[in-house]
Amino acid sequence: MKSPLAALFVREFAIARRIGGSGSMGVVFMLMLVTILPFAIGPDLNLLRRIGPAILWIAALLAMLLGLDRLFQADFEDGSLDQLQLGATPLEFVVLVKCLAHWMTTALPLVIAAPLFGVLMAQEAAAMLGIGVSLLVGTPALTFIGAVGAAATVSLRRGGLLMALLVLPLCIPALIFGVSAATAASGGTIPFATPLAILAALTLAAGALCPFAAAALLRRLGE
Amino acid sequence: MRLVAEKVCVDRGGRRIVDSVDFTLVDGEALILSGPNGAGKSTLLRAIAGLLPLAAGALSLDGEADEIAAALHYVGHAEGMKPALTVRENLDFWSSFLARGDAGAGLAPADALGAFGLAHVIDIPAGYLSAGQKRRVALARLLVAPRPIWLLDEPTTALDVRAQAALAAVMARHRAGGGVVLAATHSPVGLENAGELKLGTVA
Repeated sequence: MKSPLAALFVREFAIARRIGGSGSMGVVFMLMLVTILPFAIGPDLNLLRRIGPAILWIAALLAMLLGLDRLFQADFEDGSLDQLQLGATPLEFVVLVKCLAHWMTTALPLVIAAPLFGVLMAQEAAAMLGIGVSLLVGTPALTFIGAVGAAATVSLRRGGLLMALLVLPLCIPALIFGVSAATAASGGTIPFATPLAILAALTLAAGALCPFAAAALLRRLGE
Repeated sequence: MRLVAEKVCVDRGGRRIVDSVDFTLVDGEALILSGPNGAGKSTLLRAIAGLLPLAAGALSLDGEADEIAAALHYVGHAEGMKPALTVRENLDFWSSFLARGDAGAGLAPADALGAFGLAHVIDIPAGYLSAGQKRRVALARLLVAPRPIWLLDEPTTALDVRAQAALAAVMARHRAGGGVVLAATHSPVGLENAGELKLGTVA
């Protein structure tokens, strides 16, 4: 007999793997953006090198928003959400575990792919590492914040755009310090660790607060 | 075990759907909720399950109000089965997630399905099942994680005659073991010596 939360994690993982596409869709979206950009900007390597971290972070942010509106929607539609509320496990932990599984299936492929895509943006090795590390530390915050938006729009058929509108302003701090850390990795006056520490703080705060907000929203669905 | 509802009222969309309902259920008893469409049968069941807030009144299980949700099964219109997972994976998950430490282990998924004559679909993804088969798998969830209170919303929908008989047998066994059943239904579900609660029409 598995613990309820371990069982939930395994189930979320199995569903994501069985349905497929959740991880690759984001990576392909990011690849499209990164391939098309140099054509639009022109062959200015210095400019590409300078804006590369920002572009990769924006691409990662938008790619993560792509599938996030489905985080609770499938469970809402097939009745699983009702059952998940009947377990002895608090709904906050259910949200937390769903976020972790979602992050591993959608954000982790982005974290791995983004530094490689840095080649297309003329990034040096140090900058690629900085992009990878900053995304690894910062993307969980995006998942947690997105979970609140997903919970708020769970009963709306076309809630994806509304969710993005709700969530994007809240993601801006993570974007600012994420890009700042990624840029600092390849030189500049700010030490790499400073923005990264703030980014880590944002992730930890989001992880501590957002599951409560999302669970509260899900509980009030019936009203 | 004693499930008591006192003057339970539930509002939906600003209208009072369930108005001042009282009932008491003790070990082995069953209650059939009847009434026309829109009378509030499903609403009352969801409120008992804690999925809708009470506008007034109180529910208690052995005097405690907090313990109800973790002591009951709710089978609603949606089956709560993931189409991408096999029937066994679905039932295994709910068995782990809904298990209660003090209630002992439930049936294995194969045995629970066997009670509804459905053992042969265990390794098929739930998405391929017919409506009646899906309903029977949802009912098998009642058996994989033992819980004393069963809330069944139109449990016989899409079930054939044999499956209805199987459900009646399963409910009889549950009541013989001290469990209680609340069923909202329009047609007879095979609950013997069950009380009936008629919910009024909504203007």
